[in-house]
Amino acid sequence: MLAKKGDWVQIQITILKPEERAPQVPEDTKQVPLEMRVKGFLQDEAAEIGAMVTIKTTTGRSITGKLVAINPKYEHDFGEPVPELITIGMELREMLETLDGDING
Amino acid sequence: MVSSNDKSYTAVMARRAEIMRRAVGIDYEKFIIDGIAFDYEKMMEEVGYSLEKVKKIQSETCVGNTPLVELKNINRLIKKIAPKGKGARIFLKDEATNPSGSFKDRRAAVSVYHAQKLGYKGVIAATSGNYGAAVASQAAKRGLKCIIVQECYDSQWRGQPEILEKGRACEAYGAEVVQLTVGPELFYYTLLLLEETGFFNASLYSPYAIAGVETLGYEIATQMKDLTGRYPDAVVVTHAGGGLITGTARGLKKAGATDTKVIGASVNLRGLHMASDTDFNKKYFTTGHTGFGIPFAVYPDRSDVPKNAARPLRYMDRYVLVTQGEVFYVTEMLANLEGLQRGPAGNTSLTAAIALALEMDEDQTIVVNETEYTGAGKLPSAQLTFAKEMGMIVKRGHPIKEDIPGKVIAIPEHPSQIGVIEYPVEEMKKSYLKELIKRENRSQFTETELRFLEEDLRASRNEIVNWIDEIGEGTR
Repeated sequence: MLAKKGDWVQIQITILKPEERAPQVPEDTKQVPLEMRVKGFLQDEAAEIGAMVTIKTTTGRSITGKLVAINPKYEHDFGEPVPELITIGMELREMLETLDGDING
Repeated sequence: MVSSNDKSYTAVMARRAEIMRRAVGIDYEKFIIDGIAFDYEKMMEEVGYSLEKVKKIQSETCVGNTPLVELKNINRLIKKIAPKGKGARIFLKDEATNPSGSFKDRRAAVSVYHAQKLGYKGVIAATSGNYGAAVASQAAKRGLKCIIVQECYDSQWRGQPEILEKGRACEAYGAEVVQLTVGPELFYYTLLLLEETGFFNASLYSPYAIAGVETLGYEIATQMKDLTGRYPDAVVVTHAGGGLITGTARGLKKAGATDTKVIGASVNLRGLHMASDTDFNKKYFTTGHTGFGIPFAVYPDRSDVPKNAARPLRYMDRYVLVTQGEVFYVTEMLANLEGLQRGPAGNTSLTAAIALALEMDEDQTIVVNETEYTGAGKLPSAQLTFAKEMGMIVKRGHPIKEDIPGKVIAIPEHPSQIGVIEYPVEEMKKSYLKELIKRENRSQFTETELRFLEEDLRASRNEIVNWIDEIGEGTR
């Protein structure tokens, strides 16, 4: 896929390589780089995913990094229906309705 | 001026004080009395704003004056399961009705107002929480640029759903969102951005931010007086960085509610390392948990400003922990019995309040001091779907006995299973001293420093001296 100048895109930059990380970082985190993603408008005429590009962010900063997404989608959602949660409301309403019942039963 | 060309971790951290001075506009040095001792109240008075001024600033951007409601159905349920004569009434301060959906608007309102007054062109906040959206929203209203720096992904680019949602909210308010992988170097990168842009550091921990929360405590006291004729017996506060408890308690005192107990509540995530790449996505609460709550209480000045205005041990009467499963259960309860879809992190304090109501007398009152907006990424269904993908066991069961952070999330089978794990405040006070002694590499303190410690730990001289002796014996 080709991104064109002015497209809303996301880039990625390595901020610290594993060996440059802070001394207090735990061992597992020390094995991996500190990386950053940020979105903005593509300044290059055209670019493919993986290319080094420059973007202008909404605050007007120019940043250069690897193109990782074009028109990036929000991926988070409401999740699936969770069986362990679905019945809680009904259970509690029933408890309230059973005014004099043995609620521990 | 030190050269800003060297962008290595050590070089930037060495420029920290200078970058901060320029980005916060506070000369913290002037409040230092002697060694570790500094004049906290003087700092709050001189650089914070008066309660009246804060109210005015917040009303300009529709922040505050949120409803306080009695949770009548939950209270009926509590009465049914409480021992005879027990079952305090719970009231909820619906902070989700603030512009960006949480109490964080109170903090952001004052910070952004102050940034504008000082002539900054933009604001930066390092936060993965609701504070990002709050700063972005306030910056939008005041016409300032805004950058939010989030810790968002693990090394596999798996984003925490709740943090992704908060990032979306920030972008909706026009902010630039910088998303990082796991690591405490978030602070390092924020310093670089502050240096590059010359923007204001809208820290969560400045005196402005904390002054912004005082109105919350003040409103709770006055609203409860109107509703019930007296101040509440207890206010339960979700505790993470310490700003909410500090500001709320200060506001309660300013209103005259000096007998109200201030109880901190956090989600129990002990055992999971906050800076660990592998543990990062084993947590289904991104705030209000022990990973912030304990470290920030025992060493407040670990924050992004030289002297943290949030000092929880000055105000916390009791500290209790609840489990992830309990808070998800109570989040369902709030939606289904009270028609309020909120949280989940903000419902940490509600969960603790339910457990505490069961042990308190029926004529007593408890206020839960916040709620937060919810939706995609934040809902229990979103977090538990993610938890299952990450291999967690999610089950109905005893929420405390069966809970194992990072492995098992047990959702209660019955409301009577809602309980708390006591975490003695005294333990945190001792840890505060232990860390202080280690950092300072000395256990002798001057008279002025000891007086400061009495205030910062709200402890007597005797207690402090005894704890220091105890620590000394333990390390010998």
